[in-house]
Amino acid sequence: MAEPRVRIQTEDFDLSAEVAALRAGDAGVGAVAVFVGTVRDRNDGQGVSRMELEHYPGMTERSIEAMIDEAHRRFDIRAARVIHRVGPLLPQDQIVYVGVSSAHRGEAFQACEFLMDYLKTQAPFWKKETTPEGARWVDARVSDDEALKRWGIEARNVVQTR
Amino acid sequence: MKVTVKYFASIREALGPHESIEVPEGSTVASLRALLQARSGAHAEVLAPGRALRAALDQALCDESAALREGAEVAFFPPVTGG
Repeated sequence: MAEPRVRIQTEDFDLSAEVAALRAGDAGVGAVAVFVGTVRDRNDGQGVSRMELEHYPGMTERSIEAMIDEAHRRFDIRAARVIHRVGPLLPQDQIVYVGVSSAHRGEAFQACEFLMDYLKTQAPFWKKETTPEGARWVDARVSDDEALKRWGIEARNVVQTR
Repeated sequence: MKVTVKYFASIREALGPHESIEVPEGSTVASLRALLQARSGAHAEVLAPGRALRAALDQALCDESAALREGAEVAFFPPVTGG
């Protein structure tokens, strides 16, 4: 158990090295599903020249660890890893990696999407993007709350019940 | 009892990264938020009741009904936008 399941880092990551590490030494793996999120050069109708990602050290790692535990409860998967970058980023940069291994593809696909849907609305990260009109905090999307609802979980990120 | 309050993103920009506050026994996240609103005009604005804020108690997302204890770490922040 040397390798951590969750990494928050400013550095970039090497996708093929991560996939190799995810399935190393496990001959029971028959499928690997991977999601990589990247920085777009446009958002909400405006050009984006850079992005700054802030997080809540400690809580971020704990919350994603709990999400991975939940993915193991829900899906028959072998392993799951999450990397999320913080700090300054540029368009086309990699932001987030979710890798899941399983015996068969269905569970890996599902667990990978579940983890991303969960992370989007429950992990404490905030994006600030720079546009021609200045820097602005990115608004959370109702569609991300709805995505998590498909898994039977109330996100309560944008749509709050109070 | 004393609790630590942390702020993130737009709330941090307005109020700073963290502060300490003395709260009465029996306090909740909601009553703490109300107390903090009285600290300054900036507090009153960004922690106003109508603002969509999320809260965490000891680094786990919580409802505002959550009860505080001595030494608790409470955080207030806007909806999250990672991924």
